[in-house]
Amino acid sequence: MITKRIIPCLDVRDGRVVKGVNFEGLSDVSSPISLAKYYSECGADELVFYDITASSDGRKLFTDILCETAKSVFIPLTVGGGINTVEDFDRVLKCGADKVSVNSGAIRNPSLIYEAAKIYGDQCVVISADVKRVDGVFRVFAKGGRENTGMEAIEWIKRCVGNGAGEVVLNSIDTDGVKKGFDLEMLDAVCNVVNVPVIASGGAGKIDDFITLFKTLPKVDAGLAASIFHFGEVKISDLKNEMAKANIPTRLT
Amino acid sequence: MVAIVDYGVGNLFSLKSSLTNIGADVVVTSDKEVLKNADHIILPGVGAFEDAAKKLRDSGLDIVIKELASAGKPLMGICLGMQLLFDKSFEYGEHDGLGLIKGVIKPIKDVVSENYKIPHIGWNPLIFKGDPSPIFSEIKDGDCVYFVHSYYACECDESVIATTEYCTELTAAVSNKNVYGCQFHPEKSGKIGLQILKSFIKIKENN
Repeated sequence: MITKRIIPCLDVRDGRVVKGVNFEGLSDVSSPISLAKYYSECGADELVFYDITASSDGRKLFTDILCETAKSVFIPLTVGGGINTVEDFDRVLKCGADKVSVNSGAIRNPSLIYEAAKIYGDQCVVISADVKRVDGVFRVFAKGGRENTGMEAIEWIKRCVGNGAGEVVLNSIDTDGVKKGFDLEMLDAVCNVVNVPVIASGGAGKIDDFITLFKTLPKVDAGLAASIFHFGEVKISDLKNEMAKANIPTRLT
Repeated sequence: MVAIVDYGVGNLFSLKSSLTNIGADVVVTSDKEVLKNADHIILPGVGAFEDAAKKLRDSGLDIVIKELASAGKPLMGICLGMQLLFDKSFEYGEHDGLGLIKGVIKPIKDVVSENYKIPHIGWNPLIFKGDPSPIFSEIKDGDCVYFVHSYYACECDESVIATTEYCTELTAAVSNKNVYGCQFHPEKSGKIGLQILKSFIKIKENN
């Protein structure tokens, strides 16, 4: 039985993990390399590195750090942020990324997913969608959630999967940062129309939120979060023990 | 020395890093002499079977790998590299493999019900078959490893050393004497995966 994945997300800018990180026993809490190792050792099933750098110098630094991380972290690595072309796929895959997630890049250039999937395979291409309810309709937002594209989200995600995206990260802008649980309604709507893994993002505040997620929506494959892991509010080892107790298929290390 | 066969398929960065991490002297090569001098050979691979099999044939590496494997050199195929060890694959047509392990490669969608997602992707526990293989000597039945694949090996009962459950039991690893194959990615399977690679590079060539 395939296990449910727990995925910490690291936002990296100019070579450092942003959003405060608060860990005991880590000498350099904002080093992506140390953090990645720490998460890998405490049982994270996958890591997402999100490049929020604006400058080309920062992008180069990000790529170097990714290479360093991939030299010592042996779990799947997904990279997102600033992926606009097939060359961007190539750049991060050569540094040891296993999957590449596209968001605004796919909105600007709808053939990006198809082109990349043709070269690297569906399993390599992740569509990451920032979705928010507007007048009762799920809409896709671009530019880090700041701009309403006007596109209906479920149809958009279906189209991306049809073009070759092998996985969906669904970020609910409505629940993001609220810490009252994942957006089960939105996730359910997406799970019902695609037959590729769906990763829930946005809203986790405590261990129970993950249990509720996997119990309520068995079709969801993974839960992603950032600050609750970085701040130590939820420890991955505790979370996984609780998941196992609740009979959710879990990889214990 | 461990030689990773470089035949223009996929990304070898993580595999090379994982072997370096466990202290192996590792080289990525398409040089037949280097392969002959290696103590262990790893055949990696991602992508489509037909393309990969053609690249192996066009480079002549298929013959060298078969010779060395038949002579007793420890060989491990990973993911598509494992599938290439088999007689043939039915991925988009019918294509010959290296024939080092008896059996064929077929689509997972033929054997799992519709609600199972393809590719089979994620961490899934190993189910050992028979006595633990030497490559599993330091890990346990039930340990999780990382899979990403849409095709699986079948008609190979006598060489299966582990399966994994995904609607049905899918072949997870095989061996035939000194030839080993892992459908999963040991280089992406955390400590368990590194341990499998460590056990593999301890296997001695039998002449």
